[in-house]
Amino acid sequence: MTELQYQGHLHQLQKQLMANYYAALTASAEGSGEPAAYLLIGGNPVELLRAFDILPVFPEVNALQLAVKKQSLPHIQAAEFMGYSSDNCAYVKADIGQYFAGRKTPFATIPEPSLLLCNYVGCNVYLDWFGHLSEYSGCPAFQLDIPFIRSKSGFPSKDDVDYVMRQLQRLIERCEEITGRQLDEDRLRECVRLSSLTGELWSKIKHLTKHTPAPYDAYFDSVTMMAPLYCLRGTPEGLVFFETAYAEMAERVAANRGPLETERFRYVIEGPPPWPHLRTFRDMFSRWNAVAVASTYSTVGGLWEFGFRHDPDHPLESIACHLLEWNLTNRNFLQRYEQIERYLDEWHASALIIHSVKSCRLFSAGQGDMREYFTKLGVPTLLIESDLEDPRYFSEAQMRTRIDAFFESLGHRALVQEASA
Amino acid sequence: MHHVDTLIGNESLEEIVESCVQTIETPGFADAQAWKAEAPGRAIAGCFPVYSPVEVFDAAGMLAVGLAGGGNRMEIAHADSRFQSFVCSIVKSTLEQGMTGMLAEFDALVFHSICDPARNLASVYQRNFPDKRVEYIHFPQNLGVPEAIVFLTGEYARVATSMSELTGKYPSADALRGSIAVYNEVRALIRRLYAIRSEAPHRLSARELYPLVRYGNLVAPEIHIDVLTRALAGVLQREGRPRDRVRAILAGSFCEQPPLDLIAAIEDAGCYLVDDDFLIGRRFFYADVDASAEDPYRALAQAYVDGSVPVAVKHDLRISKSEALVARARAHKADAVIVLCAKFCEPALFEYPLYRRALQAAEIPHIFLEFEEKMWMFERTKTEIETFVESLLFA
Ligand code: SF4
Ligand code: SF4
Repeated sequence: MTELQYQGHLHQLQKQLMANYYAALTASAEGSGEPAAYLLIGGNPVELLRAFDILPVFPEVNALQLAVKKQSLPHIQAAEFMGYSSDNCAYVKADIGQYFAGRKTPFATIPEPSLLLCNYVGCNVYLDWFGHLSEYSGCPAFQLDIPFIRSKSGFPSKDDVDYVMRQLQRLIERCEEITGRQLDEDRLRECVRLSSLTGELWSKIKHLTKHTPAPYDAYFDSVTMMAPLYCLRGTPEGLVFFETAYAEMAERVAANRGPLETERFRYVIEGPPPWPHLRTFRDMFSRWNAVAVASTYSTVGGLWEFGFRHDPDHPLESIACHLLEWNLTNRNFLQRYEQIERYLDEWHASALIIHSVKSCRLFSAGQGDMREYFTKLGVPTLLIESDLEDPRYFSEAQMRTRIDAFFESLGHRALVQEASA
Repeated sequence: MHHVDTLIGNESLEEIVESCVQTIETPGFADAQAWKAEAPGRAIAGCFPVYSPVEVFDAAGMLAVGLAGGGNRMEIAHADSRFQSFVCSIVKSTLEQGMTGMLAEFDALVFHSICDPARNLASVYQRNFPDKRVEYIHFPQNLGVPEAIVFLTGEYARVATSMSELTGKYPSADALRGSIAVYNEVRALIRRLYAIRSEAPHRLSARELYPLVRYGNLVAPEIHIDVLTRALAGVLQREGRPRDRVRAILAGSFCEQPPLDLIAAIEDAGCYLVDDDFLIGRRFFYADVDASAEDPYRALAQAYVDGSVPVAVKHDLRISKSEALVARARAHKADAVIVLCAKFCEPALFEYPLYRRALQAAEIPHIFLEFEEKMWMFERTKTEIETFVESLLFA
C-alpha cells in the first residue's frame, strides 16, 4: 500500500535544473540584460525564443508553483478585489495578483516582460490574460492566432498553416527588434533539433507506461517532467534531463518496478490536477493501488506520444504544426475523446477518471457529455470536481468518498469478471 | 404564421412591439419552419452568438436563425448533466433545445471562436446530433495584420462550401452581394433606431427596441426590414417629453440575453438605456459592408477585421476596449454605465476589472450586476439599480 518514495536521481536533477531556470528569471528581473518573453503552454513555440536567447516565462507554470506551495490564495483574493470574478480562471487571478505584489515568489522574482507572446492555442482565456498583462505592464502583446482544429479529419488546412507561417515571420521580426539581432537560422535549427530529440525521449517515456506495472504514474509523476519539457525544451540541459528520465524509467521497467508496491488498477485521467491539494489527491488513488497510465493533461504542451517530432530541416513548419495540430488544447473536444479511447485501449486501462476543474473551461465544459460517452462504451467512469489553483474548491471528504466507492465497485467488478472467466 | 404579417397598415408602434414580443417569447421556431416548408431545397442554419456572417447562409439559400438561448420559460432537464453548474446558461439551454427536438428542422448549427464552453458545445452537438452539419468559425484574433483578412475570407468560403453541400447552392458573388445589401438595410435600420433612442430615449425604450431587434433572429431579413421600417415610422411620429432619468449605457450582455422583464426593470428603476450591447451581432458594423465589392467574401471579412464594434470576444490590439467603453459613454452623454454580465460568462467577467479601472479613472459612475437568462425575479436587481440611480440623482 505504501508508495515508493523515489527521490531518485531524476527528481534531484529536476529540482536543480528548475532552480537554475528560476535563477535566470530572477537575474533577468534584477537586470542581467536577458530579455524575457511570457508565453503560454498550449503548443508553445519555445524554440523560437531560445534561438534568440530570450528567456521563456510561463505564467501558467508560475501559477501552478504558487498553488503547490500553497501561496495562491492571497493573490487570487487580491485579483478578486480588483474586480476579477470568482468564476474567472484562477491561474489568471493568481498570476495577476503576484504581478501586482511585485512579482516576487518563493521560487523566483519574475521579470517584467519584453515580449508578451500570446500563443492563442485553443484557450480563449489566454487572450484575456495576456491582454490584461499588456494593459498593466505597458508591454504590447503579440497575438499569435492559431486557427482551431475544425475539420472532421482533425487536420489543419493548408490555409491554416500558411496563416500561421506568416505570423511566425512577424514574430521573428518582433524578436529581432527586441534583441537587436537577426535570426540565426543555424541556431534555430539547433534548438529545433534539441527539441526533436527531447520529444523523441518524452514519447518513449510515455509509451513505457504501457508496461505492467507502469514504471511511474503518468499523471502525478508526469508533472515532474512537464516543467522541464516547457521551460527547458530546445536547450542541451533539457535534453540531458530527458535522457536521464528515460534511462531511469527504462530501468524501472526492466526491474518491474512501479511507483507503488503493487499495481491493482490502471486508469486514465482527464483534466488538470488540483495543485493546491496534490498530495492529498494522490493519496486517494495510491491507497487503492491505482496508477494513472495515461493523462490528457500531460499533452497540453504537445502530443509527442502520437508521433509528433520537431523537424530541424523544416524548423518553422514544424513549429507551426506543433501549434496547430500536435497539442491537446488546439484539438476539439471529440478529438480528446479519441485520445482517451486510444489510451484506454493501447495503455490497457480499465477506468476513466475525469477531474473537472472549475477554473479551466477549456478542459471542463462538456465533461458531462464525455462521461456519458464513455459510460455508454462500458468504461467505468468517475467525474469529480475541484479546481487547479483555488484551494477553496476542494471538498476532501466528499471526494474521498466518491473515489473510494468507485474503486470499491471496480474491484468488485474485476472479481465478478474473474469468476465468470 | 408570424404575428406581424397579419397586421395591416396603420398599427401602432406598441402593437408592432407586442407582436414581436409574442414571437420571441413563444418557444420553438415556427416562422423558420414555415419559411423552410414554403419551397423545396430550403434549409435552416442556427447561428450561435455572438456574430455570424449571416449573409453567407442567406446567399446559400438558407435562413440564418439567431440562437439566443432558452429564456426563462425553458426547463433544463437534460443538458445540465452534460455541462457543469459553472458553465453559463445559454450553452445548456441551446443543447436542451436540441435534446428536446426544438431544432429538429435545423440543417446546420454554427458556432464561433468566442469562448471555451461555446467551442466545446460545438463538439458536443456534433456527437449528439450526427445528422446535423456543425460548423465552427474561427475568427482571427490578430486583427492588425493583412493576413487576418485573407484568412477570414478563406474561412467564409470554406463555410459557404459546407453549406452549399446542404442546399446545392454555392453562394455566387452576385448572390452574396445581394445578401450583403439586404442585411446592410437591416443593420442601417437598427442603427437608426439606436441613434434615435440615444437622442430621445423617451420616444423609444429599450423594452421596445430590444424585441424589434431580436425579432430578426427568427425571420427572413426581408420581413425584418418591413417590421423595422414600420416601427421606425411609428417612432418618428411619437411625441413626448424627456423625464428626469439617469442616462446609462449597458455593457456585458452580448451573448446570453437577459430576460425582457429584466431590461424593463432596469428602465423602471429610473434609467434611460441610451446604448447597450444586447444582440450585438445584429448590428456588428459601424457602417454598411461594401455590397458592390468584387470579392464579397473579402468585403465581409474586411468588415469584421476593420469595421466592427468592440466586444469582449474579439481581441483587437489596436484599440483598448475599456477606453472604447469610456468613449461610448461620452458619445452617448451617459451619466453612468451598467455592466450587466451573464453569470459564468468568462469573456464578460474578464472585461470588468479593466472597465472598472477605466471608468473610475474617467470618473464615470458604474454598477456591476450579473444575470441569468433563466431568472424570473427581478426585484433585487431593480432595487440595486434604484439605489444606484438615487445615489446619482441626489449626489
Ligand atoms: S482556462 Fe485552462 S487552459 Fe486556459 S488559462 Fe485557464 S487553466 Fe489555462
Ligand atoms: S454567455 Fe459567455 S461564456 Fe456563455 S457562451 Fe456566451 S460568451 Fe461563452
